[in-house]
Amino acid sequence: MKKIRFMILRRLTQFGLLGLYIGANVFGWTVLQGNLSSSLLFETIPLTDPYAIMQMTLAGAVLGFDVLLGALIITLFYLIIGGRAFCAWVCPVNLITDAANKLRRVLGISQVQKRVYMSRAIRFWILGLGLLLSFVMGVAAFEMISPISMVHRGTVFGMGLGVGAIIVIFLFDLFVHENGWCGHLCPLGAFYSLLGRFSLIRVYHDAEACTACMKCKEVCPEKEVLHMVAKRSESVVMGECTNCGRCIEVCDDDALGFSLKKFATQTKEKSL
Amino acid sequence: MNERRKFILSMARGIGLAAMGALAWSAYVGEVRSAPLILRPPGALPESDFLRTCIKCGLCALACPYETLRLAAPGDNNPIGTPYFVPREIPCYMCEDIPCVPVCPTGALNEASLRNEAGAWEIKKMDMGVAVVDVEACVAFWGIQCDACYRACPLMDEAIYLKYEKNERTGKHAFLKPVVNTNVCTGCGLCERACITEKPAIFVLPNAIALGKVGDHYIKGWDSGDEARVAGAKAETTQTQINEKSAVDSLNSDEGF
Ligand code: SF4
Ligand code: SF4
Ligand code: SF4
Ligand code: SF4
Ligand code: SF4
Repeated sequence: MKKIRFMILRRLTQFGLLGLYIGANVFGWTVLQGNLSSSLLFETIPLTDPYAIMQMTLAGAVLGFDVLLGALIITLFYLIIGGRAFCAWVCPVNLITDAANKLRRVLGISQVQKRVYMSRAIRFWILGLGLLLSFVMGVAAFEMISPISMVHRGTVFGMGLGVGAIIVIFLFDLFVHENGWCGHLCPLGAFYSLLGRFSLIRVYHDAEACTACMKCKEVCPEKEVLHMVAKRSESVVMGECTNCGRCIEVCDDDALGFSLKKFATQTKEKSL
Repeated sequence: MNERRKFILSMARGIGLAAMGALAWSAYVGEVRSAPLILRPPGALPESDFLRTCIKCGLCALACPYETLRLAAPGDNNPIGTPYFVPREIPCYMCEDIPCVPVCPTGALNEASLRNEAGAWEIKKMDMGVAVVDVEACVAFWGIQCDACYRACPLMDEAIYLKYEKNERTGKHAFLKPVVNTNVCTGCGLCERACITEKPAIFVLPNAIALGKVGDHYIKGWDSGDEARVAGAKAETTQTQINEKSAVDSLNSDEGF
């Protein structure tokens, strides 16, 4: 149980949130209405996707106060709990890509296939391109093609051919590239990883306790962020970490754990 | 030197790929955002503003008690995620308290456009489209009594009225022809829903498609109010140069014979 405690918590939040949204549409619940683009919490508090707001503003929209406040709330929220915590704890696409990853491991595809041939920086290009195209086309460009919105909106309001998006992402991550979508292409994940650089809650690594088994790097979907493992005691500061807690669960030596961000200078003194 | 060349080459490759991606992406976005026949919720901004302002949250759809509004799903051939309605399936019932509008967090549905001077809701200000009658398919124009659309209209005798005419074929019956006043009709589609023909003979189209525009060249001389409509008209004087040479009487001249 200890080995999958965060996994269970994550699935509970992911499905719980989906359930609340669906309940709003089907049974008229008023806890969380709308979808991940913009929602209303308890019929009063707006919550809005900040990346969508950036695109819409660049597209020339004059926006109402509610969505601007909503975007501010969401930005502050993820500044505290970790930018890409959105990815590991909320985003419905994560359920699909995690499933693909799991199957990949079961089938041993990564052993046969070369692991990395796509740059992880592509997502930042797409992030920028989304903003540029919104400005040029006068309409929020990524929102027009976003599989995240497609999957979430589809689950809540009716899917149409949106199942296609699910299948494509699943097959892409399964056969084409390990962590292909979330780790390389998704501009929303890229946006949240920018926030993540400044986030408060981060994974902390204690190099003294570490036995260098490297199980954490094996299991982490964004291995680069764990560059300090077995070398230095410090917080994972790179924004790409999703705060999924996989590394913490897998570590047998208690060398990893969630904590408030500790800065490198402080931590060095500590390990001396 | 070699490192630098490598760097420049990989940069160039990145830019090339980005340009290609941008091209495909923008082409797709340009394609899917045009849906000239779509009917938007009450109070929606003009289409191009609506498209950049709506965040596709679906709160309007959740607020509608009749499930009139739906969000475009992939495959509906409408701008993805945006709310619209299909009157023949579920029309807009023009709720007195217009619940779908104030919930909109972005202002894509403009509350102010639906309130009167006193600040109260004014459902007559809705303008989602306009009903159009196909006079060949409407049985009332054949002389069969129907008036289903007329009776369905929330603005009966204002948005739609019956025009009585003598049926010369029988000599003793009347035509009761439905006629839409396009200035008043809100485009709610209750008439389209009610129409008894297999495919509705009265149907709602967006204003931009269904309505013409006279322009400044004509005015109702008998209606002093019509002056205001052409207030911005500019006089345009064109001058045609008169040919200074004398006219040639080509028929009576011998030239060429
Ligand atoms: S990277 Fe994108 S798709 Fe993946 S979990 Fe994060 S937001 Fe969702
Ligand atoms: S470092 Fe740990 S918490 Fe962060 S993404 Fe990797 S496994 Fe998840
Ligand atoms: S006015 Fe009423 S019926 Fe019409 S779309 Fe709004 S909520 Fe639905
Ligand atoms: S409530 Fe407003 S922003 Fe949300 S889907 Fe409806 S029109 Fe769009
Ligand atoms: S659409 Fe039909 S029912 Fe609605 S206002 Fe116009 S004429 Fe009346």
